[in-house]
Amino acid sequence: MMNLADSAPATNNMLGSEADSQRTLYPYVTGTSVIGIKYKDGLLFAADMGGSYGSTLRYKSVERLKSVGKHSVIGASGEISDFQEIMRYLDELILFDNMWDDGNSLGPKEVHNYLTRVMYNRRNKFNPLWNSLVLGGIKNGKKYLGTVSMIGVHYEDDHVATGFGNHLARPILRDEWHENLTYEEGVKLLEKCMRVLLYRDRSAVNKLQIAKITEEGFTVSEPYSLKTSWDFNAFKNPTLDAEGSW
Amino acid sequence: MPKQQANWSPYDNNGGTCVAIAGADYCVIAADTRMSTGYSILTRDYSKIIQLADKSVMASSGFQADVRALQKVLAARHLLYQHQHNKQMSCPAMAQLLSNTLYFKRFFPYYSFNVLGGLDSEGKCKGKGCVFTYDAVGSYERVGYSAQGSGATLITPFLDNQLKSPSPLLLPAKDAVTPLSEIEAIDLVKTCFASATERDIYTGDKVEMLVLNASGIRQEFMELRKD
Repeated sequence: MMNLADSAPATNNMLGSEADSQRTLYPYVTGTSVIGIKYKDGLLFAADMGGSYGSTLRYKSVERLKSVGKHSVIGASGEISDFQEIMRYLDELILFDNMWDDGNSLGPKEVHNYLTRVMYNRRNKFNPLWNSLVLGGIKNGKKYLGTVSMIGVHYEDDHVATGFGNHLARPILRDEWHENLTYEEGVKLLEKCMRVLLYRDRSAVNKLQIAKITEEGFTVSEPYSLKTSWDFNAFKNPTLDAEGSW
Repeated sequence: MPKQQANWSPYDNNGGTCVAIAGADYCVIAADTRMSTGYSILTRDYSKIIQLADKSVMASSGFQADVRALQKVLAARHLLYQHQHNKQMSCPAMAQLLSNTLYFKRFFPYYSFNVLGGLDSEGKCKGKGCVFTYDAVGSYERVGYSAQGSGATLITPFLDNQLKSPSPLLLPAKDAVTPLSEIEAIDLVKTCFASATERDIYTGDKVEMLVLNASGIRQEFMELRKD
């Protein structure tokens, strides 16, 4: 009797046998969008604090923005455990950089390049780190902002976003971002984007952090919530013109 | 439980178009600067062109991570060549290296569609423009002009018409290098991109052009439609 489980489907055999159970197949606990922008004195980043477990909003205090060395900030979306692994890699990278004790330190461009190589090489082994990362910082007055995806696609720009942020936030940023944004303007712009994401991204939670990096250093805000408005007439009496409708 | 299938692809198409035209004493290599994924634009200002050697310039479109990795491999190999031979790689030499590098990953290819342009540096062909065109696994040929990438199907017929290339089947083989002047060729390239931008969603924003000739290398940009 033909065992249907053994019949050969159009499987990609490069993905290894069942014994090879150590590869990432799909993400479990995930973070949603991260947004980053350059502004007058440095860079600003925004990310909410949600860690979703499929459709469950399981964790609501996940810090997805972290500093890297003296000059950089990393923001991660995707699998949270893989982000924690990336932080272990980066902590080791910075440690070795500090151990040279030669006054030089890795800047954001270097860290971004390192991350790009790590992500690409994992993709080459069919065992990706399931993240989309935002990496930015400022060193010697030069601002840098870049992003890397789980398969190694990377680029730098004046504003970047991951996931849904690319669809909802980037258009706003393309319209309203300009060089020499003040800190207040930058935060307002990020909040505008985060609000749209909150309304339209199912995995977003209303608890976010804003991180800032300048020549002076890194700060991340205390978690806070955005004001939202659900006070639309159409929501008040949704079936007004459509009795029996859902 | 049946074996789980992969639900991620190691490849993505980040779009874009590349063109190169060889002249009697110059070569034009051009590519748009748009980088996309799916129906989104990731960035409008991303260069697909790299100068690998004095007289070799490569433009590549396709999967950006693979393109970048390929560029790094070739640049590293060129550096080694310089250390070992104390000279720059010629364009035909680089062409062979690119082919070999691509075939090396025949069973997990670089998803990179390349045109290599430059100036020939051997014997009586010295200083003549040369263009090599590739598929993703390294099969290549020397041609008078080529287009690769998402807009290639729109541009190639147009270039066939405008450059009136002789049939490659003729014997003795007739040179496909265009008799057009440098200015005329650049103008043609600009027209190609303006047209491709109209109908190809992955082509647009800006076109970056590099011109190699006896006096060196020159870079030009032209704005394209951003929609």
